[in-house]
Amino acid sequence: MHPITTVHYLALSAALLLIGTVGVLTRRNIVVVLMSIELILNAVNINLVAFSHAFGADHVHGQVFAIFVIADAVAETAVALGILIALFRNKETVQADEIDLLKW
Amino acid sequence: MNFLDLIWLIPLTPLCGAVLMLLVGKKLDPQPTSSVAIAPGVEPVGGSHAGGGHDRVHPHAPLKFLIGLICPGTVLISFLLSVGAVWQLSGLQYKIHQVIQFSWIAGLPFHLANGQMGTFQADWGFLLDPLSSVMILVVTGVGFLIHVYSIGYMAHDNGYYRFFGYLNLFVFFMLMLVLANNYALLFVGWEGVGLCSYLLIGFYYHKKSAADAGKKAFIVNRVGDSGFILGMLLMMSVLGSLRFTDVATMLHSGEFPAETAGFGVLSAMALLLFIGATGKSAQIPLYVWLPDAMEGPTPVSALIHAATMVTAGVYMVARSAPLFQLTPATSTIVAVIGAATAIFAASIALVQNDIKRVLAYSTVSQLGYMFLALGVGAYWVAIFHLFTHAFFKALLFLCSGSVIHSLSGEQDMRYMGGLKSKIPITYRTMWVGSLAISGIPFLAGFFSKDEILWQAYSSPLGSKALWVVGIATAAMTAFYMWRLMYLTFYGRSRVKPEVEAHIHESPPSMTVPLTVLAAGSALAGWLGTPKLWNLPEIFRGFENWLAPMFGAGEAAKEAAHSSGAEWGLMGLSVLIAIAGIALARFLYNTRPGIPDRIQASVGPLYKLLYNKWYIDELYDFLFVNGLGKGGGRLCGAFDRDVVDGGVNAAGWLTRFSASVSGWWDTWIVDGAVRLGSFFVKMLSYPVCILQTGRVQTYALFVVLGVLAIFGYYVTR
Repeated sequence: MHPITTVHYLALSAALLLIGTVGVLTRRNIVVVLMSIELILNAVNINLVAFSHAFGADHVHGQVFAIFVIADAVAETAVALGILIALFRNKETVQADEIDLLKW
Repeated sequence: MNFLDLIWLIPLTPLCGAVLMLLVGKKLDPQPTSSVAIAPGVEPVGGSHAGGGHDRVHPHAPLKFLIGLICPGTVLISFLLSVGAVWQLSGLQYKIHQVIQFSWIAGLPFHLANGQMGTFQADWGFLLDPLSSVMILVVTGVGFLIHVYSIGYMAHDNGYYRFFGYLNLFVFFMLMLVLANNYALLFVGWEGVGLCSYLLIGFYYHKKSAADAGKKAFIVNRVGDSGFILGMLLMMSVLGSLRFTDVATMLHSGEFPAETAGFGVLSAMALLLFIGATGKSAQIPLYVWLPDAMEGPTPVSALIHAATMVTAGVYMVARSAPLFQLTPATSTIVAVIGAATAIFAASIALVQNDIKRVLAYSTVSQLGYMFLALGVGAYWVAIFHLFTHAFFKALLFLCSGSVIHSLSGEQDMRYMGGLKSKIPITYRTMWVGSLAISGIPFLAGFFSKDEILWQAYSSPLGSKALWVVGIATAAMTAFYMWRLMYLTFYGRSRVKPEVEAHIHESPPSMTVPLTVLAAGSALAGWLGTPKLWNLPEIFRGFENWLAPMFGAGEAAKEAAHSSGAEWGLMGLSVLIAIAGIALARFLYNTRPGIPDRIQASVGPLYKLLYNKWYIDELYDFLFVNGLGKGGGRLCGAFDRDVVDGGVNAAGWLTRFSASVSGWWDTWIVDGAVRLGSFFVKMLSYPVCILQTGRVQTYALFVVLGVLAIFGYYVTR
């Protein structure tokens, strides 16, 4: 049984990042897009926590930073959902590809 | 009472009457609603014209009689003031009195012809001297009688108040003319009487011929007035003053020598003034307006176009005597024009059929006599003839008016005849007037005409030729006047039957002035009997009164001639007058068939005279159609083709250059701009494709960019 090392964490993080990015780029439902963004942010958090653990018990900056990111993600999601509801009231849709007013 | 200082009241009283009439006269004499003025006698025969009912007061105008009271009244007041003033003037040592009321044009500096500075300045001032005193007595005296006459004559006319208003205005301006103490103020009166003449000739303004005659008089007078104005300006620039006394002093001072040899600046000045006089006094070549002026009411013809206004030119030349005495060349022109006018107008009067036209041409002819006298230097004689002529010609016109009135407006002598017993007062007074104008001894015309003929013969400026013309005119005068008398009053009646029933003598307001004027025509001449007769001084009062004004030198020269010649010429002129009358009697009374035969045998000559030598037609051809219309056409063509052509060409050029400029702007300038924008637009299409408006596309770009940057760093 191999011990879990930093590389494993980074691999998980990279996988999550990839999944999140693909989700953001490909899913049409904005709610899912927001969820994909959460995946990306959590990939970052895993990265931060993993490196914080790798540098030893004296270095907790990464963990603190991860907490900030979580708070930030909450606020961002709240704002995004608010915009989404306002958008839905006007456009009767949550499909990202149908919202393309800002073009020439 | 000092009448001499009140002479400003003399013109002022008629002015008050005129202002009153023209402002409130309509209230006193309301006009009927169907306001077509009816000329006396033009009213339909057998209509409302009840025979003899001429003193009727208009039923709707109870105050109308006030007009007939006020207007002649103001002239009477003027007359009495004039008599008083002249009486006091005769008591002065130097018979001249000048009143300057106030300055009219205060000194405007300008350069005189000789380079010195002068001031242009004119007063509102009055000058009473022997010359103007004769004129004011004639104007107010005869004017008053004619006003009285008009009360009866105009009684049935619409515009009664208007007539009297104009007539009073005329008297005012005429008095301004003769009382003015300078040429500028004289000119004010001169134009004022011209205006009144125009208004009164065109009194029946609904009649086209009357309106045209008024315009003709006004326009022909303008031609003369232009000469007068130029003469005044020349006088201003040479002498530096327009005041009569200053001008006379300057001309007598010897600074300006008499222009005996050539034609200098003084001669030009005198000639220009004389041109003014030919217009106002109806001399060749500007006499054409006066016969047409007979379109006005007959009292107007008597007052304005016989007795007073037309003599203004004579007065003005006499007033300029100091100037004319220095310019023999111009004086000769005056005499020749006068003589020519006299015989020319008399020849036309021989064959006219309209009673007023005969008298009109007679007036022109008698005015010619006056200018003949002025031209030969006999200024007082001219004024004397003016004085006697005012009586007998006013009388003749008023009589003709009375005849016309009694015949319900008939003016053609071919439809008169045998009126002698039907209108006896008119007949008797006209008989006196005709004898007077013919030059029968002891009546007014004899003395003045004979003096003119004698002066034309004996004066240094006169000549036998002028005398011959004068005596021929005298014969013609006697003939045409008695032709008029015989055709009108004697023989078989040729009156149209519908008129015959209404023949009646005129009312007293008309016959009384006739009687007074007849007395004047008979007696006025006794103020100027020939020196030859050796009567007491009073019978030569006129000469003694006026002659000193014009220099006493004439009298001495006259005495040099033999008295036999004068007696002989006097006898000859009387004989010729009687011969003229006898011929008229023979042709038009004894053997009335002869004139038609003569007329047939000298057809062209008769036609020439009857059509007034075709002068009106000639003027029409030369001036109205030739210069006026032809010039108008020429100016029109110039305007259309040259002036408008230039404008049009400039307009075309502007439009052409604008179209070129517009083409350049549209295709070159705008084309370049549009081409530039077209290229930018073309370039923008590929870029536009990237902007899809979908947020995920942009996110993809971000990711791809990040990957590219990572790839770059990783593979380096």
